[in-house]
Amino acid sequence: MHWRSGVGHLGGNLSALDAMMLLHHELIGPDDRFILSKGHAAGAYYVTLWSLGTLTDADLDTFHQDGTRLAGHPPASGLPSVLFSTGSLGHGLPLAAGLALAARLQGHSRRVFCLTSDGEWQEGSTFEALIFAAHNNLSNLTVLVDHNGLQGFGTTKDVASMHPLGPRLAGFDVELRGCDGHDLGSLRGALAPRSNRPVVVIMRTIKGHGVPGLEGRMDSHYLPLTETTYQAALARIGSPA
Amino acid sequence: MRAQLCDALVARAARPDMVFLTGDLGFMALEPLRDRLGERFINCGIAEQNMVGVAAGLAREGLDVWVYTIAPFCYARAFEQIRNDICLHSLPVCLLGNGGGYGYGVMGPTHHALEDYGVLLTLPGMTAYVPAFDEDVVSVVERAGAATGPAYIRLGRGEPPAGVTLPPYAPWRRLARGDGPVVVTVGPLAGPAMAALDKLHGVKPELWVVSELPLAPPQDFAARVAASGRLCVIEEHVEHGGLAQMLAVWALNAGIMLRGFRHQHARGYPSGLYGSQAFHRRESMLDADSIRQAVLALAA
Repeated sequence: MHWRSGVGHLGGNLSALDAMMLLHHELIGPDDRFILSKGHAAGAYYVTLWSLGTLTDADLDTFHQDGTRLAGHPPASGLPSVLFSTGSLGHGLPLAAGLALAARLQGHSRRVFCLTSDGEWQEGSTFEALIFAAHNNLSNLTVLVDHNGLQGFGTTKDVASMHPLGPRLAGFDVELRGCDGHDLGSLRGALAPRSNRPVVVIMRTIKGHGVPGLEGRMDSHYLPLTETTYQAALARIGSPA
Repeated sequence: MRAQLCDALVARAARPDMVFLTGDLGFMALEPLRDRLGERFINCGIAEQNMVGVAAGLAREGLDVWVYTIAPFCYARAFEQIRNDICLHSLPVCLLGNGGGYGYGVMGPTHHALEDYGVLLTLPGMTAYVPAFDEDVVSVVERAGAATGPAYIRLGRGEPPAGVTLPPYAPWRRLARGDGPVVVTVGPLAGPAMAALDKLHGVKPELWVVSELPLAPPQDFAARVAASGRLCVIEEHVEHGGLAQMLAVWALNAGIMLRGFRHQHARGYPSGLYGSQAFHRRESMLDADSIRQAVLALAA
């Protein structure tokens, strides 16, 4: 769909896709909540919803087209499973904290998962929300960090370093976990168990994962596929063009 | 109006779904509400962006959510959260902004709310409430709380002239009948305007106060403006996005020809000096003398 529509943001979609698929197929029940704070991974979210049967092939064909429900970032209406329109970074964690707090106030045991990017931790509002979640001990909240180390115009280390991210976040009285964001067993082990504190999972990921020519490259944040990278991606998964 | 607000919300707290968020404000004012709500009173700390995002999350789950802080810390600091998280999803969150206009006086310009309802009314589904008198707060809390979309309540300080019987709350109220220019105020400036325009020599203006926006003028008002052809708008808000601009467009759309138009509005800090709310009103020609002169000039 990215190839057909000629749009970018593929790198951050591919680094987050495995986690989103595992979450939605194994961990998120009908009462649980998911917030995609890194809204630029909407393509991966739509594919995940397609894999669940919520979206059709025809729906995916409309991605990025005029008149679509599937905008470049999750929409405010038209997709019932999308609770909030995201895309401006730094919004998702406060929203997720609100959902988690609501569950507590309503006496509900639901879990809330929030997927953030690593560059997004440069946003002050994300830290406001982390302080809030820790202070209120929102133990039903699990925060995923797609730690691919690359952002729009450089590495996260070079742009505004939070390195090493994990130990810094661990100082906020949350339960810190780490995992390989492309290994389902590792993801499962980090995401499945509940805790008596908010959980932050640092997922070691690769931007553009699975596509030769995009993997680990900063320009996969914005640039669309070329004919060469598209063909290489198809060859990698053994699919005919 | 904080005492009335606290009373109204304490009464509302009988609802089990009510949640109140504060940005670490309410000392010596909201303690009764805190005691009544218990775990549903949440001090979010000095983190307004998070507070508004949390409010949206709570409202998304069907809770009755009220957010309280000094007005600009809400509408200006957390504007994007109001826009994206609340308004894009038509969530019924009630934002309570204390210190409308120059209400925080000599505390300085960072605490003043001079562009709040103009800015917020650019957002989809937003309703702004500006109670004029302390007695209005109960009705405003009731109406905003019953709304199905986002609400902003600009709180100030009611200043009715002594001995005056106030009409019960309504979005638009006629405070004085007259055959002269039509004068419209927003919120608490109604009190000073009533005092300024009482017994004007040779001129009998008609005075209205608006407490809810976007604009929905009643027929009586439209008829009086059409008959008078002279309109004076007085508001503690900057020129851009204020009631005067709304009314000018309304008059054009309604085919009402105005022969005279005056706008008394917040002018920022023309002298570069700071003082009480009354000081800033004088500097912006929103004091009683300036109001009187503006109306007399319009009538001439």
